[in-house]
Amino acid sequence: MQKYSVFSLFKNALKGHKDWEVAWKDPNPKEEYDVIIIGGGGHGLATAYYLAKEHNITNIAIVEKGWIGGGNVGRNTTILRSNYMHDENGLFYEKGMELWRNMSQELNFNVMFSPRGIINLAHSDAQMNAYARRGNSMKLNGIDAELLGREEIKKLVPILDFSENVRFPIFGGLMQPSGGTARHDAVAWGYARQADSMGVDIIQHCEVTGFDVVNGKIKGIQTSRGNIKAKKVGLCVAGSTSVLAEMLNMTLPLETHLLQACVSEPIKPILDHVVTFGAGHFYCSQSDKGEMVMGGDLDGYNSYAQRGNLPTLQHVLTEGIAMLPFLSKLKMLRTWGGIMDMSMDGSPIIDKTHIEGLYLNCGWCYGGFKATPVSGWTFAHTIAQDRVHDLNAGFNLNRFNTGHLIDEKGLGTKTWIS
Amino acid sequence: MLYIFCPHCGLRSQNEFAYGGDGSVKRPTLNKEVSDKEWDNFVYNRKSPRGKHVELWHHISGCRQWIKVQRDTVTHEIFKTVSADKEI
Repeated sequence: MQKYSVFSLFKNALKGHKDWEVAWKDPNPKEEYDVIIIGGGGHGLATAYYLAKEHNITNIAIVEKGWIGGGNVGRNTTILRSNYMHDENGLFYEKGMELWRNMSQELNFNVMFSPRGIINLAHSDAQMNAYARRGNSMKLNGIDAELLGREEIKKLVPILDFSENVRFPIFGGLMQPSGGTARHDAVAWGYARQADSMGVDIIQHCEVTGFDVVNGKIKGIQTSRGNIKAKKVGLCVAGSTSVLAEMLNMTLPLETHLLQACVSEPIKPILDHVVTFGAGHFYCSQSDKGEMVMGGDLDGYNSYAQRGNLPTLQHVLTEGIAMLPFLSKLKMLRTWGGIMDMSMDGSPIIDKTHIEGLYLNCGWCYGGFKATPVSGWTFAHTIAQDRVHDLNAGFNLNRFNTGHLIDEKGLGTKTWIS
Repeated sequence: MLYIFCPHCGLRSQNEFAYGGDGSVKRPTLNKEVSDKEWDNFVYNRKSPRGKHVELWHHISGCRQWIKVQRDTVTHEIFKTVSADKEI
């Protein structure tokens, strides 16, 4: 593989940029693979990369219905964080943060990792108490957390509405200084390029239409480009998980819902951190291009549409204007939607299944992007070793049967209100 | 914007309604032994179909009645609405 560096850039510039290698190839499917990963999004690409790098399994195909990076890895609001209270979540996502910190170097691809800090605003004394508790839980798990008062927030983010006569005045907030953002497309491309260089076949425009299961064991998959045999198959298809599960006669604790995001026209730097509104559901950061990147609630009813409805956008942006009044003066540049695999306790599932050789990676709700490296890392371990890693042991499918739910928000099974 | 036909009030915008989830889920029969599997299916497991979906909506800013709606989860087309005690 051609290494990207200032020297290779210089060398290719002299040759008129005509000799760059392709970043990944476009192979036809082989007859058989050791492992097939279904879904060429961030999680699928990361899984293939770590299978090759950490477990020396390189006879792998990634099978993608559309094109790599065309789903949620290219549709999210790029936020990275590990500010969770529960041990299972905190330790898992903090391993993810560790992988994020070295990702650009490891992949030889600039993912524009920007640990600018994430601030969750609090709007009451009770919320400050809850944040103090969450921050302490985070610190016990080795995650950085700082409880900030109103004046400290004012210094960090002066553009917020600090009026006293508003419905939800700012009391303070909880900050994870090491949280931040990364460029989502680069994450998909970086993993794809490295996986390809280690021998992984990235097969795009190849839709899975069925599975070959014999005596409770996976033998292969059926696709729009023919049947492919495999010893092991991993599902990384986010919002389409229930559709594939139906082909396997599995009913999962998931519902597919639609989440919208939007960006404003670009403006000069005004917001240095990722900030979330605490009295509703709204989050905002400023992209390197200057656009305000915003998101919030789900549309609120089962949907595979990948495009949203205006009432939710209006609701979310009303909260945005309460937090950052200047937003009302901006023009909206773009809005879009993606479909989320909402699990019944708000936490993911990375596990084996009752079918031998079939592995499940789903339930990311709308927090999947930050999990990309650690999801791939633990899923690769689960597939290669045929057993879960300590980090994803809590994210088992059986927890809904035994009652060991990981319900970070305490919302219960109404996936559409989370 | 979805427009939902409330069987009691007529055609109204989605802003008047609250979503109530999968309307095909049946609670296990009362006063009978219920297996863990049955509880799982009632509480957690959902088919979440890509296509026609029967779901509950609450006309919370209208007549406050629960209704059943058959809607396509890809096109958002609404085929049929009935009051919640009826089958679609």
